[in-house]
Amino acid sequence: MRLYAAVAVSGFRRHATYRVATAAGVFTNTVFGFILAYTYIALWNERPHLGGYGREQALTFVWTSQALLGAACLIGGGFQEELQERIRSGDIAVDLYRPADLQLWWLASDLGRAFFQLLGRGVVPLAVGALCFELALPGLSLTWAAFLLSVLLGLLVSFGLRYLVGLCAFWLLDGAGVNMAFALLSMFFSGTLLPLNVFPGVFGEVARVLPWSAMLQVPVDVLLERRTGAGLAAALGFQAAWAVALLLAGRALQTAATRKVVVQGG
Amino acid sequence: MDDLIVLEGVEKVFDVRRRAGFLRRERHRVRAVDGIGFRVPRGEMVGYIGPNGAGKSTTIKMLTGILTPSAGRLRVAGIDPSRDRSRLARRIGVVFGQRTTLWWDLPLRDSYGLVRRMYRVPDARYRANLERCVELLDLGELLDVPVRQLSLGQRMRGDIAAALLHDPEVLYLDEPTIGLDVASKAKVREFLRDVNAERGMTVLLTTHDLTDIEQLCKRVMVIDHGRLVYDGGLDGLHAKGESERTLVVDLEREFPPITGVPGARVVRVEGPRQWLAFAATHSAAPVVAAVAERYPLVDLSVREPDIEQVIARMYAEG
Repeated sequence: MRLYAAVAVSGFRRHATYRVATAAGVFTNTVFGFILAYTYIALWNERPHLGGYGREQALTFVWTSQALLGAACLIGGGFQEELQERIRSGDIAVDLYRPADLQLWWLASDLGRAFFQLLGRGVVPLAVGALCFELALPGLSLTWAAFLLSVLLGLLVSFGLRYLVGLCAFWLLDGAGVNMAFALLSMFFSGTLLPLNVFPGVFGEVARVLPWSAMLQVPVDVLLERRTGAGLAAALGFQAAWAVALLLAGRALQTAATRKVVVQGG
Repeated sequence: MDDLIVLEGVEKVFDVRRRAGFLRRERHRVRAVDGIGFRVPRGEMVGYIGPNGAGKSTTIKMLTGILTPSAGRLRVAGIDPSRDRSRLARRIGVVFGQRTTLWWDLPLRDSYGLVRRMYRVPDARYRANLERCVELLDLGELLDVPVRQLSLGQRMRGDIAAALLHDPEVLYLDEPTIGLDVASKAKVREFLRDVNAERGMTVLLTTHDLTDIEQLCKRVMVIDHGRLVYDGGLDGLHAKGESERTLVVDLEREFPPITGVPGARVVRVEGPRQWLAFAATHSAAPVVAAVAERYPLVDLSVREPDIEQVIARMYAEG
């Protein structure tokens, strides 16, 4: 376990060394936040209580999504491209002969990165949003703790999905197409464009039970205190179930991929 | 008895699918390794050479356990690599000249910290090993530099240190001097010689640079088309490759080509200078004596055969 803790720390540090990139990320997230905030204001002026959100709640959604954008890789990006590159170049051989588990290794390193981005790229945009707009943030309460737990589960789901995408490279070699499709799916189904609860009918129902909703929609609803008591437990359970399912799927795919490499050679 | 690496009739066959027209695919089999057997006793440093695509890397991959052999028996330190990959990993070190085992964005020191946790190296041991590597490989000033900023030679030294921190019994070196300048090569070789002598580490060295072999290995194995075509001492390689040494003699004046020297023949004449070729396995002394006895000798020199030519000839035959 200490190994994976060390890997997480190194993932954190590794991203912490890119200060300019972090500053650029904060800037981008803040600008995005303003653009989306004014779009939402226009929309909610026309249709108050759209999706059951008041204006403040909608704006809270915007700024929270910007705060989580980097950490949960809501619009793509992340370690999977590096993993694909290692598979393509054959560097994966180095990872395979090590006495460490591939999935746990990347999970630890990705969580380290996510924690850094949560702090480095998340706090400032949310603070700017809270200063410039009226948000529906809770006071000092247990809601924040529930929110952070929900974010953590969301990060696990995000990793689980992206690990599957990364491993595709064992069969596809070039991951660019999958990555692009995956980024689009993530952007839409996480709710980064519009909260998932504004979508009506069967489409909305389906969108809300897909794993991506665990990355943003659920944590925001926890923060807005729309999920409390048994509802909160159900929300966290929903996220945990997806996290476990995806991590297990990743493990199965990893076993298949390793067997393919070991028997057939890369 | 104490053979750390044992291969018996090891084969590796790949199924390659090839497109053969619209939607139709042909399968065909490639024998990357075709029945190789050898043993490496503890503490020996062996050169493993062969042309590109001969099966060297496939062999190394089987020895680390990331490829399973299609047939045959393979043991490293008593362990079946493909069955017990992570147990074996703690006892071997691997250096790939063309890949790095370090982390690109981390300083060397942090990479070593991860290696230490991964192999659970005890503190005191880790410190002692690191200190030794830092001293011998001149890493002192590089420890806090991120790997991406290191030059190739520096990175290579960093990689070699990383492979040794957990005291492996067996070390695989896959082209450890590729792309390095002369000074870096010399430093790496000197270090490897020390490590081998001091710790009795068993080393399997793959390379295209035959100077590596000449300076480091008493024994050399040549692989071609997946088969071992030679296994023995460097001198034996000359016999096998039918290589020749050359005696260059300067006579007092011009003579017709020298005759009557048993086992030698003139290959070139230039004024008073003549070149005589004789089998590399023979001593130069009788040849020199025979010439000196019948011709007015002014000066002489003996040229050793070029090992690269010897091996090139061997590859061509195989």
